[in-house]
Amino acid sequence: MEKSLTWREFIVTRAIQASGYSAIVFVALIFFFLLREGAPALTDVKLSALFSARWYPIEDYFGVLPLITGSLVVTIGAMLIAFPLGIGTAVYISEIAPRWIREILKPLVELLGGLPSVVLGFLGILLVSPFLRVFLDLPTGLTAFTGSLLLGGIAVPTIVSVAEDALDAVPRSYREGAWALGATRWQTIWYVTLPAAKSGVLTAVMLGVGRAIGETMTVMMVTGNAPVLATALGSWFAPARTMTATIAAEMGEVANGSAHYHVLFFIGIVLFLISLGVNVAASSVVFRTKKRAERILS
Amino acid sequence: MHKIIIESLSLQYSDGTESLRDVNLSIHQNAVTVLFGPAGGGKSTLLRCLNRLNDLAEVKASSGRILIDGENILDPKIDVIALRRKVGMVFARPVPLPMSIRDNVTYGLELAGEKHRATLDEAVERSLTLAAIWDEVKDRLDTLAVALSGGQQQRVCLARVLALQPEIILLDEPTSGLDPISTGKVEAALQELKKEYTVVLVPHSVQQAGRTADHAAFFLQGELVEYGEGKSLFTAPKQKKTEDYVTGRFG
Repeated sequence: MEKSLTWREFIVTRAIQASGYSAIVFVALIFFFLLREGAPALTDVKLSALFSARWYPIEDYFGVLPLITGSLVVTIGAMLIAFPLGIGTAVYISEIAPRWIREILKPLVELLGGLPSVVLGFLGILLVSPFLRVFLDLPTGLTAFTGSLLLGGIAVPTIVSVAEDALDAVPRSYREGAWALGATRWQTIWYVTLPAAKSGVLTAVMLGVGRAIGETMTVMMVTGNAPVLATALGSWFAPARTMTATIAAEMGEVANGSAHYHVLFFIGIVLFLISLGVNVAASSVVFRTKKRAERILS
Repeated sequence: MHKIIIESLSLQYSDGTESLRDVNLSIHQNAVTVLFGPAGGGKSTLLRCLNRLNDLAEVKASSGRILIDGENILDPKIDVIALRRKVGMVFARPVPLPMSIRDNVTYGLELAGEKHRATLDEAVERSLTLAAIWDEVKDRLDTLAVALSGGQQQRVCLARVLALQPEIILLDEPTSGLDPISTGKVEAALQELKKEYTVVLVPHSVQQAGRTADHAAFFLQGELVEYGEGKSLFTAPKQKKTEDYVTGRFG
């Protein structure tokens, strides 16, 4: 009896341990695979050619800069839209809305987060892009801006959900303290609740960035996919092509082991590093505030 | 002189937990009035009515009037923000805002639109002195308030309220988390404060009620059982229930 119990204990512990480690192993394996397939790009193509402004793989032009700037323009645009909208929604749900509205709104927002991106892309092609073409008088409605709008819509639920949790976790006593001092509702939100939830709100934004930069389907459908180097603000209203869309569109037709194939994996490495950077930045922000709190408590 | 007059106030939370039934109470100016009794008796609820902090909780039914300087503060048309500046409140757990001691004290003033540096500095010294903590923190006003001890935090919170120059100060078990020495300092500060302010205190023990009260009101299950001069109420209570509670037979 005793023995079988300790055995069971042992097996359960190991199983949980193994599933914990597996996440690390998978990330390491993915990174290893990406490196193995992507690193030869550096020998196949000259570094100066790799970071040039022309992407035309059929004629061996492998400049990835337009793709990087494309991703950046679309993502930054998406965050400019999603950040105020997401934080605003979170503040409304957590601080202002009466309970019954909150109980409808929160599940709805989370439902929006579960919407397949291809559906959003479909709506983008059919509704958003024709509207933008007419409304902004553009030659085409398939632009980086269209992608930003839809990506913003994809990032908003992530931001709202995480930021709302963070705001909700701010002790009620903070708010009452501010109210009792004669702070208005807005002053309480802006000067007390939001600063107190700062780390959670930042995490929310970082997760939103991560969600936006890795998004593929929607941007492939609505950004026009023209690998043009973004140089001025006007590029936002011109077609663009992101790294993710390039990989998705070209990987199926590339000859295995060719220079083009290696470069596509190289783009994968760049993407991987960017999202790693975003995640590290997010967790370091959270970590730093935690350490400060610990210092105060000790 | 009666600063606050409560007339047949009844109140109920929407889940029906804590309530007040037909409370009539006149609170004297420049005195410490103590609201005491067992938990759930409605003391905190009443206190939170006086600065309308209950607006934010879900209150089901409310009738009666609360007059401060003759004005009914339960009137929905009243300026709640101005009311809360006039009626300051200190909570059971000190809630220093995540900023320096100085900023904690000037916070309410800055919210009210005061920008003049000299006025703010003067308010910091005056209110920290009144709260009996100036000597302990005058050399480190720019350190974080959360780094102070619990008793010091509570006095900073008191100073934060005083900085707004309210007329009435409400204290909801302000010393429940403090050691005896800090408690003594806060109680001594209250005795100073009543010279200028009207103080309403919910104490965390009968002993504290006895030590601090000029006037005392005994609450039991939402009803005001007895109200009178502190000394006579604690030594010769008129009601049986009050006597039982004061002598420690229940509660």
